[in-house]
Amino acid sequence: MIRVWLAQHWFVFVATFKRLFATPITSLLSVIIMGVALSVPVSIYVLVENLQAIANERNSPQMSIFLRNDAKQDDIDRIRQDLEQYPQIIGLEFVTKDVALQQLLEKSELPDIAINLPRNPLPDAFVITLNENTLENLKQLQEDLKGKPEIKYVQFDSAWIERFSALLELGHSIILMITMISSIAIIAVMFNTIRLQIATKHDEIEISKLIGATDSFIRRPFLYFGALQGLAAGAIAWLIVLLLIHLINEQLILFLRFYEMEFVLESLSTENGLSLLFFSSWLGWLGARLSVSNHLWRIEPQ
Amino acid sequence: MITFKNVSKRYPNGYVALNNINLSINVGEMVFLTGHSGAGKSTLLKSITAIERPTSGTITISGQNIAQLKSSAIPFLRRKIGIVFQDHKLLFDRSVFDNILLPLQISNFDTQTAASRVRAALDKVGLLKKEKVMPITLSGGERQRLCIARAIVHRPAILIADEPTGNLDIAYARDIMKMFTSFNQVGVTVIISTHDASLLENTQHHILSLAQGSLLA
Repeated sequence: MIRVWLAQHWFVFVATFKRLFATPITSLLSVIIMGVALSVPVSIYVLVENLQAIANERNSPQMSIFLRNDAKQDDIDRIRQDLEQYPQIIGLEFVTKDVALQQLLEKSELPDIAINLPRNPLPDAFVITLNENTLENLKQLQEDLKGKPEIKYVQFDSAWIERFSALLELGHSIILMITMISSIAIIAVMFNTIRLQIATKHDEIEISKLIGATDSFIRRPFLYFGALQGLAAGAIAWLIVLLLIHLINEQLILFLRFYEMEFVLESLSTENGLSLLFFSSWLGWLGARLSVSNHLWRIEPQ
Repeated sequence: MITFKNVSKRYPNGYVALNNINLSINVGEMVFLTGHSGAGKSTLLKSITAIERPTSGTITISGQNIAQLKSSAIPFLRRKIGIVFQDHKLLFDRSVFDNILLPLQISNFDTQTAASRVRAALDKVGLLKKEKVMPITLSGGERQRLCIARAIVHRPAILIADEPTGNLDIAYARDIMKMFTSFNQVGVTVIISTHDASLLENTQHHILSLAQGSLLA
């Protein structure tokens, strides 16, 4: 039973392939239209991903942890041990109050004031570097550290991270919107392609209905056609992105040479590429499904 | 067993195609349906395959009420019936073989069984040598036989033919009739509509006459 069922589907699959290649220009054109439409959001996605990767790499956030003025060496050691337990802390630097004062004097334009201070007002501090850059997690960590009795104050520059997060969010909502627009375009192209096919297959559909074909039997080749064209469109979008990234990288290498830097953009990962193919097949299938249910019932044998 | 009980069909424009039809056709019977064009022959045949739905009355085939069949059940009704269409309804984009294959694909036959059944059907109508030919190159009589082969390939219990000899010369028409008789002899219930009185001259089969949508006694 399953063997017969598989054979049936295989038959339809092969027939669909033949149909794709029976009208190569038309098929190719609609696949290209859909592929280009899809490549726009995917390209932006890849660029945003790269931006995020660059930001992560170049801008590891730092936090300054100021200890209480009366902190003893024991307290400092305990805090150091504590901090070493956090997996998100990738750099740990201890700045004694003396060093801090020294640095202040070097930077300050009013060294006299500091010299005249009766005692060093600055606390001992740890400067930690983190591999974490979501605002929420950083704030959580800040709260966590503040709770320790030896720590007086925890400070980090959230403004830059906030701005960057907002930028990423903007990027993601732009991708979402363009994806929706492209999806509508793909569904519309597919809808029309299938509508035309149904018109040319009017006789076959009518006769099939007359001799006992179920609706799903009649729908099947159109759905396969939609899914296959969607798959091809996804492949074209992937190719466009690969090409785009390749061309940008060539330019980027030439440009960065002046700054003695070397850096290339990452293209779409295989995993994301496969998701793209799956999504585009689904879109093609959906467009075909909508078209078929819209047009098939009109063909009733007389 | 096919029975019609008080079956009427009135079209939305008020035209009455069938008027209170009562009849029964036994399993394995061969029945002729006669009458002038417009008498309701086609409507009666179409209501057996649920192409037309009656406005009132019940039609049963082996106990199943066709008039109230859900549309999802209609394909399975039609698979039990072979139909020879007045206008043949052949597909000109595929070979003779593939035309006859269609009912078997619809009924999920496996490829090998299907191929041997197609050849058996072609053999019965004398078109075995033309399996690779495209239907457009066939003569009128050959197209009619192709249509018959497609109607019997899935071995239906009921065979319905609407004016099967309509445009054929008399010798060809008799040939086609012999074919139907031979299907009937192996147990198939055969229902044929015709306005050609010469075909009915020597028949011992049951004749149903229609006039203006009513069955004549």
